[in-house]
Amino acid sequence: MDWHLLTKSILVTTEKNMRIYYFKGPVVVFGLLFPLIMFLTFFIGRDLDLILFFPGFLAMMLFFTASSVGPLITPWEKREKTYERLLSLPVILESIVIGDILAGAIFGAGISIIVFAACSLVLPLSVTSLPLLVLAFILGSVTFAALGTLLASPTTDNPSNIMMLSSLVRLPLMFISGIFIPLSQLTGWFFIFTSISPLTYLVDLFHAALNGDAVYPPWVDILVLIGVTLVFVWSAKVIQRRNLVKGI
Amino acid sequence: MDAVRATGLTKKFGTFSAVDNVSITIPEGSIFGFLGPNGAGKTTTIRMLTGVLVPDAGSVRIFGIDVHDDPIAAKLKMGVIPENGTVYSDLSALQNILLTAKFFGMERVTREERACEILERLGLSDRQDDLVRTFSKGMRQRVSIACAIIHAPPLLILDEPTTGLDVYSRRLVIDTVRRMNREGSTVLLTTHNIEEANALCSRISVINHGTIVATESPEKLKKTFDTSRYVEISFNREVDAPLFSASCIPNAEPYGDKWRVYTDDPDRTVKSLVTLADREGLSIVSIATSNPSLEEAFVTLTAGA
Ligand SMILES: Nc1ncnc2c1ncn2[C@@H]1O[C@H](COP(=O)(O)OP(=O)(O)OP(=O)(O)O)[C@@H](O)[C@H]1O
Ligand SMILES: [Mg+2]
Repeated sequence: MDWHLLTKSILVTTEKNMRIYYFKGPVVVFGLLFPLIMFLTFFIGRDLDLILFFPGFLAMMLFFTASSVGPLITPWEKREKTYERLLSLPVILESIVIGDILAGAIFGAGISIIVFAACSLVLPLSVTSLPLLVLAFILGSVTFAALGTLLASPTTDNPSNIMMLSSLVRLPLMFISGIFIPLSQLTGWFFIFTSISPLTYLVDLFHAALNGDAVYPPWVDILVLIGVTLVFVWSAKVIQRRNLVKGI
Repeated sequence: MDAVRATGLTKKFGTFSAVDNVSITIPEGSIFGFLGPNGAGKTTTIRMLTGVLVPDAGSVRIFGIDVHDDPIAAKLKMGVIPENGTVYSDLSALQNILLTAKFFGMERVTREERACEILERLGLSDRQDDLVRTFSKGMRQRVSIACAIIHAPPLLILDEPTTGLDVYSRRLVIDTVRRMNREGSTVLLTTHNIEEANALCSRISVINHGTIVATESPEKLKKTFDTSRYVEISFNREVDAPLFSASCIPNAEPYGDKWRVYTDDPDRTVKSLVTLADREGLSIVSIATSNPSLEEAFVTLTAGA
């Protein structure tokens, strides 16, 4: 396998996704608006400490934007019948899977960084560790873009089925990840419950990077996020490979 | 070197055997036709050749490169028009072509020059910046072809490229295929249109129920299956069947406003018919002998499909 060719095929796939699926008015507006609405719904008028909750909000934002469009790409391409042509171009399954993930990660990180920059103008945010913050943006966007691509993998050419599945998986994750109640205030079973959500570790990593009030050591967050990403990518690949064998 | 060398391709969907032990060899520089009735397994075979579908058994080599072992290198050699595949409707014709060119690793300048040339050749220049969404079927197919030939592929694979096209688009496709072949591409195409295969291909494989039943040149196929010949004749006034039998011409059947006389010796039949007309004072309005047709061969080979 020629690495140069593989890299090239991944990058062109990413570019294709950005152009066709992400850089569209409604997509960008939705990406920005949805987390904002969630934010307003949960925080405004409840006299909460904005600074304390900001890492959770940022993680939610990144989680939502990075995994928003990814689930739709493959079903959409299958429905529009562009998938068959894409597969016959000089790509392999890995190029498509990784290209889809990269596009989602770029979109998620891009929008979240814009929102972070805007918020830091109006809120007195503190940054405890810049390297951790950068790492959190990168890891978080890649992990949840990978979740998006995994959600796109089941056999269907019907984007609305995937939308359902995607909401079914993503919404509950938000509620068990220490976004609305800080992890440090959770005890016993609640705490154990949150530890099964990968989003928890991103929330925690943002806490470490911004306020410095994380529950887990940063290396635990980082290892978990990397591990989860690998599982997502591997599963997406296995499922999509099986679809290729079935010819769908 | 052979452009395509596929051996023992086999694909089952569940218990249904769609393609069974199909082997194809296509020498470099030829135009190879793949003919078969609906559901015969043409598309399934093509999908395995182009690395889109994983075969249960068998191997494919494109110019010596194994599609399974090194898919990217093998696919770089191909330009493909899938049966069920289209270009992106949210991009313009030009954007689609340039994007495809990028997948093939073409340099920016080459990319743009060649795209321009091909758009011109396919008569799309004046619509090149319109979204494909607004295109008619024929125009979409032209964009699809443009994408398949942008990198001057050594191997061009087209799955039913002319289905649903009007005469002009069809001719354009055929001319493009011929031209690509002249410029050095090997071509593999599937079609239902027997005349098209006859006109284009130097060799044809007929596939039925997932297995190849014949691989020959079109002329040879026709000769082998040249069973029923006939002479068609019409006169200036109505005649009836006893007239033919009276002159020792059996097997005459009315056929529209004509008569069809089945025979294995057209020469003798024509002469007897002329004598008959002379004797009865009939004048012949038209007369024609049938030529062996590829359609005949096709139907014989795939009978009972
Ligand atoms: N992914 C699939 N799953 C199950 N069956 C399939 C699949 N793809 C094709 N088949 C079956 O395999 C058989 C061959 O199909 P194929 O598309 O190769 O035929 P074809 O020769 O291209 O026909 P046509 O001329 O109509 O395009 C058909 O009976 C079809 O139903
Ligand atoms: Mg077909």
